[in-house]
Amino acid sequence: MKKIIFLFSIVLIVANTNAQDKYFTKTGKISFDATVPKSPENIVAVNKATTMVLDTKTGEMQFVVQMKGFEFERALMQEHFNENYVETTKFPKAEFKGGIQNNEKIVYTKDGSYATHVKGKLTMHGVTNDVETDGKITVSGGKISTSASFSALFADYNIIIPSVVGDKVAKSVKINVECALEALKKN
Amino acid sequence: MFLSFVFISNHLLAQDLLSLLGEEKPQKELVTNAFKSTRVINAHSMEFLSPGTMDFRILHRFGQMNQGYSNFFGLDQASMRMGFDFGIAKSIMFGFGRSTYKKELDAYLKFAPIRQATGYHSFPFTVATVAGVTMNTSPWADPTIKNYTSSRMAYYFQAIIGRKFSEAVTLQLSPTMIHTNLVPIQTQPNDVYAVGFGGRIKFTKRMAFTWDYSYLVNGRYDSLNYNPLSIGIDIETGGHVFQLHFSNSTGMNERAFVTETTNNWGKAEIRFGFNLSRVFQIKKNKML
Repeated sequence: MKKIIFLFSIVLIVANTNAQDKYFTKTGKISFDATVPKSPENIVAVNKATTMVLDTKTGEMQFVVQMKGFEFERALMQEHFNENYVETTKFPKAEFKGGIQNNEKIVYTKDGSYATHVKGKLTMHGVTNDVETDGKITVSGGKISTSASFSALFADYNIIIPSVVGDKVAKSVKINVECALEALKKN
Repeated sequence: MFLSFVFISNHLLAQDLLSLLGEEKPQKELVTNAFKSTRVINAHSMEFLSPGTMDFRILHRFGQMNQGYSNFFGLDQASMRMGFDFGIAKSIMFGFGRSTYKKELDAYLKFAPIRQATGYHSFPFTVATVAGVTMNTSPWADPTIKNYTSSRMAYYFQAIIGRKFSEAVTLQLSPTMIHTNLVPIQTQPNDVYAVGFGGRIKFTKRMAFTWDYSYLVNGRYDSLNYNPLSIGIDIETGGHVFQLHFSNSTGMNERAFVTETTNNWGKAEIRFGFNLSRVFQIKKNKML
């Protein structure tokens, strides 16, 4: 009887510590810049409501972002972004599913800064493409911050930039992801 | 046996991390871009300007096309309205302008108590209300008699009920009441009631076919005035919206185009016109 209880409690403890492996946020920040150099118009937007989940045990990382949540300085630019470019009513979300390739090298329990190599699939405007980039993970006081930058070509995602605005909107976009994650506690 | 149970549960948990966060809270999403502009062609549309923006509008109505080459198909005669519209809040905007026709000033306030929305607390259409005033500032016809400033004024009140049915189709109905303080002929009523019917059919991402019709319930007399009907094309390019259209009305404010359209489509008394709209951001949105 005692043996059964002992083994059972080990299973419970193991199951509980598994929950500490997952970190998440619902207020992650994604910003992008598609400004043409020397153009007076800044094509810049920020989304501060990105949802991201990271499994520190396997390095698996997923994020999802509502396209309507990208805020621009100019309302008209935001309207055109949603209506004409990314067609938000047809494709309301962009999603990334991938993982940190060198996850074993990161010690999540020790404070510090670790370089990461991330690889995965980004789905935007209904098209999925492979994405690979370097990033950084900073562990500090039980909280994990992730940051990564990468470039993407609008054409790869069927986002059409008409030649009329070719001197204002760049063909490629620089995307910056910055999320401060906290532990996901299992109910 | 217990260890294998732990391994299985690990594998199941790694399938979809995002689903661990549970269901997303349903959000209310306002339907936008029912029309490309805040006017269908002449009449107010169910669209609002974003807060902090200003729309500079120049409207031109040319002469009747059936005059032939002598007046270059009407292009030699032009009537113009210049106006500024401002977005105050998501569902509040106001504007003012001046038409060369009768040198008439106009101003209005537009507010929508209900907006069409999807998601949480969805609603199938937008209900907007407009209150406006026009002032004729041309010199008095007879300066020798006693003329009152109130004689220059007219007021209009309108409700707009509109629905964006799909990305391509939007329809709206606008019951309107126009009160003109001084009417030209005694038998004409001071209070005119009309119902506007407007819509758009978008055929490419940036172009749409639009129409704007008002049916006068009272105050219409054959050979004196007619129901205004305008049909046209909207073209959106970057920050500008061009509206090119054909119409039987010259007036560009509610009092003028609803009650004073003296030309008849039936007699091909049609004129070409265009609206040019350019939106500027006055108050930048705070981002970071």
